[in-house]
Amino acid sequence: MTNSELENLKLVVVGHVDHGKSTLIGRIFYDTDSLPLGKVEAIKKACAAEGMEFEYAFLLDALLEEQEQNITIDTTQIHFRTPRREYVIIDAPGHKEFLKNMVTGAARAEAAILLIDASEGVREQSRRHGLLLSLLNIRQVIVAVNKMDLTGYSRDVFERLKLEYGAYLEKLGVKAGRFIPISAKLGENVVRRSDKMPWYDGPAVVEALDLFLPTSTQSHGPLRLVVQDIYRFDHRRIIAGRLESGTLRVGDELVFVPDQKRSKVASIERWHAELPPSQAQAGESVAITLEEQIFVERGQVACHVSAPAVETREWKATLFWLGSEPMRLNQNYEVRIGTQKVQARLTQIEKVLDSQTLEPALGARSEVARHEVAVIRLRAKRPVAVDNVDVVTPTGRFVIFDGGRIVGGGVVSDLVYPRARASDVVSGNISWTEGEIAREERAELFGHLGAVYWFTGLSGSGKSTLATGLERLLHRRGIHCYVLDGDNLRHGLCSDLGFSEKDRAENIRRAGEVAKLMAEAGLVVLTSFISPFRADRQRVREICAAAGVPFVEVYVSTPLEECEKRDPKGLYKRARAGEIPHFTGIESPYERPLAPEITLPTHEVPLEECLAILLRDVQKKVSVSGTARTGLEAAMI
Amino acid sequence: MNRLDKLESDSVSIFREAYHAFKDLAMPWSMGKDSNVLIWLAKRAFCGHIPFPVLHIDTTYEFPEMYEFRDWAAKEHGLNLIVWINKEARERGIGYETHDPVTVTHELKTVALQQVMAKYKWKALITGIRRDEDPTRAKERYFSPRNADFEWDYRDQPPEFWNQFTTDVGEGEHVRVQPLLDWTELDIWRYIEREKIPIPSMYFARTGPDGRKRRFRSLGCHPITHPVESEAETIADIIRELQVTKVSERAGRAQDHHERNAMQKLRAKGFM
Repeated sequence: MTNSELENLKLVVVGHVDHGKSTLIGRIFYDTDSLPLGKVEAIKKACAAEGMEFEYAFLLDALLEEQEQNITIDTTQIHFRTPRREYVIIDAPGHKEFLKNMVTGAARAEAAILLIDASEGVREQSRRHGLLLSLLNIRQVIVAVNKMDLTGYSRDVFERLKLEYGAYLEKLGVKAGRFIPISAKLGENVVRRSDKMPWYDGPAVVEALDLFLPTSTQSHGPLRLVVQDIYRFDHRRIIAGRLESGTLRVGDELVFVPDQKRSKVASIERWHAELPPSQAQAGESVAITLEEQIFVERGQVACHVSAPAVETREWKATLFWLGSEPMRLNQNYEVRIGTQKVQARLTQIEKVLDSQTLEPALGARSEVARHEVAVIRLRAKRPVAVDNVDVVTPTGRFVIFDGGRIVGGGVVSDLVYPRARASDVVSGNISWTEGEIAREERAELFGHLGAVYWFTGLSGSGKSTLATGLERLLHRRGIHCYVLDGDNLRHGLCSDLGFSEKDRAENIRRAGEVAKLMAEAGLVVLTSFISPFRADRQRVREICAAAGVPFVEVYVSTPLEECEKRDPKGLYKRARAGEIPHFTGIESPYERPLAPEITLPTHEVPLEECLAILLRDVQKKVSVSGTARTGLEAAMI
Repeated sequence: MNRLDKLESDSVSIFREAYHAFKDLAMPWSMGKDSNVLIWLAKRAFCGHIPFPVLHIDTTYEFPEMYEFRDWAAKEHGLNLIVWINKEARERGIGYETHDPVTVTHELKTVALQQVMAKYKWKALITGIRRDEDPTRAKERYFSPRNADFEWDYRDQPPEFWNQFTTDVGEGEHVRVQPLLDWTELDIWRYIEREKIPIPSMYFARTGPDGRKRRFRSLGCHPITHPVESEAETIADIIRELQVTKVSERAGRAQDHHERNAMQKLRAKGFM
């Protein structure tokens, strides 16, 4: 070997358990003379000590535990060389329990060898691994039909398997580069061509590998700079990230998705470089500075203005699930796409694929179980930058985290790219997310809508007790809420008001306006005011209706005698004594609501029951399913 | 992009992910070739800065040349250097003169690391291990969680793909971040050659008292680290040598060979 920059290709070996993966790898190492001195001797010695027959598979089973269990437990990654190039080989175990390790290994691969035992035929894992190779976007595949020696090197067996499995791969859209009949144990068609199968005139496995191409990074694709961090270690404000696709040049105008802020690239920074770079290619980790000091944060994806990533909150994906708990419909999950981290809800399970037939499994499903592959829809709490996986692979796939671990992975499809509008390119700031945040968007973030629950009734009727009790219940259920009452308004916002008829009307008007604003901001507002006049309450109802905020009038219908009996603050006594003028029920009338949404006679219905009625009503009215979604759909591109 | 560019870029990306996920982190530095490549990559990642402390676990058995190099390089790179010695073990008389290498390595490296971690409470350590060094390292992840006892649960490692890493750590746990996992010994040398990274001179062959030329391929404690026969006097020589050799890199490290499965035992207990 004379060239100093040998090409390198990452290779994964997959297949059903016991179909010979470790043996094949051991054999390749042995036959390409890639083992460190003394390795074979050491393993042979160890075998003798344990009274076992030497096997090539042992070369890989470095850990004692593995030899004991006789299964490969995790992905290994080792190198071997051919005159053509160097290979990094990833041994992906076939045992079903260890699918996560297979994915971990195979996700980095550029090519794959899929082993099928000629004497056993196509098995479950043969199919599942084929399916995963297609999801992981590994397009260069050799199907090695192993243990041909056990079939007497039968051409019939080989051709039948080739036909059966070839048809399966075709359905997946994976082009099987080649089917090769081999015996890993005996080294037939592994490195050297076999003379046992004269009917086969193709290359041996390693020869076929040498014909593969390293995956080219997508320098010609659309620009995607995934922002990892912002550094201010010195005078420079550096945006650090990875160029996942395309070519970046100093002077390029970038748009950061989502957010749609724009700036030009001022410089590409590289420590200890003779000359500062003027451009960077896909695959490079870069550090850039911008001409304008716009707000940029981790998770954004910088694109060229002419071909940006899609900004969306909902997407369709094909997903494989690794979690021990199933993935459940309508549950929220932590999704990571590149450096973006977002909560997203599983809104739809379109179909769960049967790995044997690739047909949808029968019946509607409400969950995706471990090791299943499904076509699903996710809905994120805020917009993300994403691509179809066949447009830009790294920004077209995501993983799902639970309890700090990856529990699933998916690839995105069916996104619609907005056409770059001429006006959009020129004006530089017109995009739907640049505008006001819609009520539904806030609702999506909170997980519920805002609303006003207007408690009205006599002093001592139980308004405050109900409002604060309800507040506690809602809070525990993750519903954002707040109680507005005379105490917190009178001391600040309404401190200029007295208790005249006019001032009391103004007090209610202000309370109504504040309640509406808070509900618009996304809160469930619980107000507690006597608000004795129908006209005042009607005005608040109209204020809310105009803003599209749900308004619920709660009439706390406890009669005067009962209130006066309770008299928690001693107000009735003082009013009767003439100390409080215009006291409602004594000197001033209370106009009871004519058509309240809810009536609560607290003298007849126990407090807990009143609260239960209220809680049910709130949960129904502020739930995001239904009304909010339709509104959102309209807001999406 | 050529192979070294790609390796560099992937490592830089891992450095940046680690620094984002863990503000409390440190980078052990043995002054060996891989360690110096780490320093270099960190400066690439953070545009000439190393925004976390660099840690030397001093066994007190380093070669004198290594101490010299440490002090020179710390100044040259502007390192925030923390030196830690397991003084308690040395006072108890633990040493190569009286104990076996596995015990000494455990006390002066692993326990020392546990002590300094307990003091500074780092959530992540950036280490320079590579998959090709030893079979037990082949199964590592880029972000590899360690429990409070520093144990590595290699039977149940979290999945890791598409550049998404495990960054959640519980109380007392930490994550080993391993940016050089994909590099080979040859890659390290080619990168040192290309970037002209300063390394200790002990890696180059010198004539011994017996008239034979030897060099160190891997640097550890002086009582248990022996040079291998070599003619390689320059980095280019070393690269040529590695392309034909079948002697394993850690052949000169006694603790690996002391007993069967020594490395595995060391690693499960928290050795890097």
